Amino acid sequence: MLLVKGGRVIDPESGRDEVGSLLIADGKVADFLPGGEAPGTFDGTVVDAAGKWVLPGLIDMHVHLRDPGFEWKEDIQSGTAAAASGGFTSVVCMANTSPVNDHPEVTRYIREKAASLGTANVFPVAAVTHGQNGKEMTDFSELFEAGAIAFSDDGSPVRSALVLRRALEYAKAFDFLIMEHAEDHELSEGGAANEGWTAHRLGIPGIPSAAEEIAIARDILLARLTGGRIHIQHISTKMGVDLLRMAKRAGLRVTGETAPHYFTLTDAAIEGYNTHAKMNPPLRGEEDRMAILEGIVDGTIDAIASDHAPHDEYTKRCEFIAASNGIIGLETALPLSMALLAGGRVTPARLVELLSTTPARILGIKEKGTLRKGADGDVTIVDPDAEWEFRESDVRSKSRNSPFFGWKMRGRAVAVLCRGRVTHSLGEGVSPDA
Amino acid sequence: MEGGATGERPRERKVTPMEWRRKHVLGLADFSAEEIEFVIDTARSMEDVLTRDIKKVPALRGKTVVNLFFEASTRTRTSFEIAGKRLSADVVNFSSAVSSVAKGETLLDTAKNINAMMPSIIVMRHPASGAAQFLSRHVSCSIINAGDGSNEHPTQGLLDLYAVIKAKGKVKGLKISIIGDILHSRVVRSNLHSLGRMGADLWLCGPGTLVPREMGRSGATVTNDIREAVRDADVVMMLRIQLERQKTAYFPSLREYARNYGLNSEVFSLAKKDAVIMHPGPINRGVELSDTLADSSQSIILNQVESGVAIRMALLYLLAGGHNAAR
Amino acid sequence: MKKSGKKLILDTKGVDRVLSRLTHEILEKNKGAEEIVLVGICSGGVPLSRVIQGKIQSIEGVEVPAGYVDITLYRDDLSRAGYQPRLKRTEIPFSIDDKKVVLVDDVLFTGRTIRAAMDALIDFGRPKNIQLAVLIDRGHRELPIRADYVGRNVPTARAETVEVLVGEETEEWKVVLRESAPGKGK
Repeated sequence: MLLVKGGRVIDPESGRDEVGSLLIADGKVADFLPGGEAPGTFDGTVVDAAGKWVLPGLIDMHVHLRDPGFEWKEDIQSGTAAAASGGFTSVVCMANTSPVNDHPEVTRYIREKAASLGTANVFPVAAVTHGQNGKEMTDFSELFEAGAIAFSDDGSPVRSALVLRRALEYAKAFDFLIMEHAEDHELSEGGAANEGWTAHRLGIPGIPSAAEEIAIARDILLARLTGGRIHIQHISTKMGVDLLRMAKRAGLRVTGETAPHYFTLTDAAIEGYNTHAKMNPPLRGEEDRMAILEGIVDGTIDAIASDHAPHDEYTKRCEFIAASNGIIGLETALPLSMALLAGGRVTPARLVELLSTTPARILGIKEKGTLRKGADGDVTIVDPDAEWEFRESDVRSKSRNSPFFGWKMRGRAVAVLCRGRVTHSLGEGVSPDA
Repeated sequence: MEGGATGERPRERKVTPMEWRRKHVLGLADFSAEEIEFVIDTARSMEDVLTRDIKKVPALRGKTVVNLFFEASTRTRTSFEIAGKRLSADVVNFSSAVSSVAKGETLLDTAKNINAMMPSIIVMRHPASGAAQFLSRHVSCSIINAGDGSNEHPTQGLLDLYAVIKAKGKVKGLKISIIGDILHSRVVRSNLHSLGRMGADLWLCGPGTLVPREMGRSGATVTNDIREAVRDADVVMMLRIQLERQKTAYFPSLREYARNYGLNSEVFSLAKKDAVIMHPGPINRGVELSDTLADSSQSIILNQVESGVAIRMALLYLLAGGHNAAR
Repeated sequence: MKKSGKKLILDTKGVDRVLSRLTHEILEKNKGAEEIVLVGICSGGVPLSRVIQGKIQSIEGVEVPAGYVDITLYRDDLSRAGYQPRLKRTEIPFSIDDKKVVLVDDVLFTGRTIRAAMDALIDFGRPKNIQLAVLIDRGHRELPIRADYVGRNVPTARAETVEVLVGEETEEWKVVLRESAPGKGK
């Protein structure tokens, strides 16, 4: 038994936004008690949430845990520790491991390791095609039974429109979700940064926005053709947001996510050949950044996902063109997203939708993304006023590839419950369960 | 400029009291006009040395300059080698062919190895943009960038400026057109800084595929029409068309390229009467530059080469002081 | 700066008298102006060599060739400097082969500048001999070098400096001894 006492409970799924206490029992939400006062005597752990926000556990629907195969960059234990520390109770991990998660054995390995060593729920995404080769489809239903929550060749797109069409058509019967890394490889080949003035000035080969937008358009048209369900990953461009908006207006079953770096940084961050600002898709221009923000405000963009991509130091300590793509994000996604609140155009409830409610809905995880009675006891308690600096020494991930070290953050997860267990706590009196 | 002086008192040049504090020459992006002038000034004195019978001074005696070339370039390497030897430095050449997306550790490990041999200066050419800047953060010796990918080729930018000054006596207000593969050219990027900072009216010209629209933000005028670029120009600089860099063709054929973007006598006649022709070399004769023009009296291509040695001597000399004292 | 820390050694008239004597000595020793070329050491020696050239002209009626040499690239202390000194120009637009070269400098101190200047000269050709004329010899030699023609011997302490100041336009001269090194001077 655990009581989260006297916090502002924000749960868009049930329409709740009021001060009260949550009773957690047997790993589930047992009750909600309105008001600042909770029962005088309580036989169990009490988490004092006065002045804090009590949110349904955050869900990061796009991370790379690098396990199996690249455990020196990250593994399931360190990755979920980073997740808990960043306020996440669930992570959705991509299939570009070694071996690729294209076989039920790999899926089961991830599930089992997460169950025994993890401090967050881990939902594996299986590959769309064998070895992510873009050619033959994997055994979708068997992978699903083994625990795969969706299918994606992330890291690469499904290059062939025909193969993607077949995958969407085939998956539709089971209502499986396909997640697409949208990229036209011919247009992006050789590129290392957003094609624009900064890259031209630095002599870095560019990746045009069109490389992403053409692929998004293709994916949307294939969703229309097949009636299948597709989720566009890490949208970074203005036209990408516009295309998604159009698809939604047309009533297509298309959703989309962005990552905090796309609304926080622009390609100006690569100045000085900063490899910690190198990712794929690349950081774009200011106009794109503003369009992403607009998409978040008007609901076009459904989710914020970190695209947590750990890389060891030496693959970033090199020439820009040769450096690995991606940054770690689990421990900065929440505070960077909370910066959106400052303008007032994004409400706390909308933020919860982006980071929990909608990801759960897109992924079809009914018992998460909500604090209804009977839902899983996944709770993220946030101090919206906490001011802190993101320091390299605080990082729980095995990798340190972040452009945000030294940044002053506002807002932080101070305690996290995962199925009723304390997985993270900065407060006194409450310590993470063993 | 002051070639035929007659033993008269040294003309007082406007000398701003300036100290050279730079440890590396990675690019001209952050060079002030004052610094550029200082280098040019130093190069003039170096050119004095080059006109003597004994073209050698002991200034860098006991210092080691390593030419670390990850890309073939006989000219630039030779120019640096001669510059180093004229100053009595020990010059060591290290060439290593690597693919354009070499593994990072290769460069860093190689450079650290060389650094451990205590050179004063590493002169580096590398196919990756930013490679020199990257290296400068990891070694203790000085780095001179001899060309990094499509980023910069600062010594070329300075020698081009020097050659223009020698030919024209000034740079400010001159219409200088650079024609060719602007997209991939590090020469252009350095020239935008050197010629641009000294007040030239710069024009960039080439086929649409090789002139990014955003280049207009550099302050230069961008055009796809060679006639517009050459008309009334004081200096026309042709760039080498590098077919070997093109995976997918940027233009239909060399023939088509030469037709639209090659400089021949007819097009060049649109330039000012006393206009000069430059080319960083090596020339594809008959492609970007006609044979006749390349060898004409208006070509200052060989002066560029000459200026290159003086500029490189100047930079080697300037970098060998101060922080490098112990090496 | 304290006034007491400064001592005037020569004024314009004094410098002129000294240079007249030096010129006569040069001509006497070389039995005329034949084969003589003058090379001033940048920067202090250059105006002095101009004056000597003028005096030879008025005495002998011939204009001896005069040039100047910047010895920076021949210095033995380049690495010790905090940063590289600005280079000056070298102009010796005549052959020094088989000529009697008279090096001219303002102050002779450690002798290292003269050593560098001789190295530089030898890179220009093979003179019959090299002679040295200085306005002031202040002692403290670190190399076995002595001047053939000395304007004035000035005993100094090491920390002191001798400055030869030339007016920009007017032919005004001033030789000053300072107590401590203000940075410049030798």
